[in-house]
Amino acid sequence: MSALKPKHQRLVLVVLALIALVAAGLLAGYALRNQASYFYLPEQMRDDPPAVGQAVRLGGMVEPGSLMTLSDGVTIDFAVTGRENSRIPVRFSGIVPDLFVEGSGVVAEGRLGPDGIFVADNLLAKHDENYVPRELEGMSEHQAAEMAEETTVGLE
Amino acid sequence: MHGFANPKRFLSLARWLTPLLLAGGLVMAGGALAWGLFVVPPDRLMGETVRIIFIHVPTAWLGMAGWSAIAVASLVYLVWRHPLAAIAARAAAVPGLVFAVICLITGSIWGRPTWGTWWVWDGRLTSMLVLAFLYVAYIALAQAADREGVSARIPAIFGLIGAVNIPIINRSVVWWNSLHQPPSITMGKSAIDAEFLVPLLIAALGFSLVFGGVVLARMRALLAERQAEARLRRKALEAI
Repeated sequence: MSALKPKHQRLVLVVLALIALVAAGLLAGYALRNQASYFYLPEQMRDDPPAVGQAVRLGGMVEPGSLMTLSDGVTIDFAVTGRENSRIPVRFSGIVPDLFVEGSGVVAEGRLGPDGIFVADNLLAKHDENYVPRELEGMSEHQAAEMAEETTVGLE
Repeated sequence: MHGFANPKRFLSLARWLTPLLLAGGLVMAGGALAWGLFVVPPDRLMGETVRIIFIHVPTAWLGMAGWSAIAVASLVYLVWRHPLAAIAARAAAVPGLVFAVICLITGSIWGRPTWGTWWVWDGRLTSMLVLAFLYVAYIALAQAADREGVSARIPAIFGLIGAVNIPIINRSVVWWNSLHQPPSITMGKSAIDAEFLVPLLIAALGFSLVFGGVVLARMRALLAERQAEARLRRKALEAI
């Protein structure tokens, strides 16, 4: 070490400190990976259910075809699905957010009832990472490219 | 590289680069925002609110880039002791804070119609809020160190330690279940349609140029302040 110039000594010291720091941060983040999650996934709730009546959140996909409005007109029933065929029935009464549709992501805040039905007192819609214009919805990439080509041809 | 560490050479370069970056960035960002507001079609689910993306995402990137710049400049200052590096780190803090706050505000406005809430304490939102607080603390610390005549090494160390938060913000949506969606743009692929992506990238580039211009302008102001102080001190000594 004595052969090193002070400048290089400082560089080595700072880099070592940084590596230790980043490693500590990553370890802490990794250790928090379950505690710092915002919601339970359906498979987590099925395998390791929270205590009945404890306030928790449940996040997953709204199962297509499961959404039903009960006879009182404001209460809805649906199922939230996750991986490994997990499926949690949910009941909610109130106004749903605009993005709440079947086949889309949802986070329900509420409690797991003794009958296994999750009673939500608030629903949050979860947006996925895809941003697609309305006209191109449901088209394959090939179709979209074809349509774009047709549109430009028409313009010329 | 070391040539630019000379304040005189830096000033002669920054003099013409500052207005160039600011003007170019404003034109680019303004054009991209107009494109995003008036030309881009609505999103299939979110409708018109998708247009917030053209401010929200570039400001989020720059909020994080600002602290990365502070960390790199702090490293250079700690190792090579270039006074200009300490000034650069200080200059990047205020625009970084402004961008982080704009990101938080636009995200909140976007969250209300799409998610159904202004704010949630999930990993992404919380770590971004922590970044904004870190900026405030850094600015206060750097100013106090300057005023009290303490070494600029103390804010530099804080700048390096605070950098731990940057990878946490980036990974927060991958490590933890969060209401915020996972990254749309990853290495070499994008889940954002080209109609949104092109103006988004232009807006990001434009905001980055503005950021660079503001940093240069602030560095020039800090250098001028320092010169003026040195001159006053000399005058005071001569008067005795």
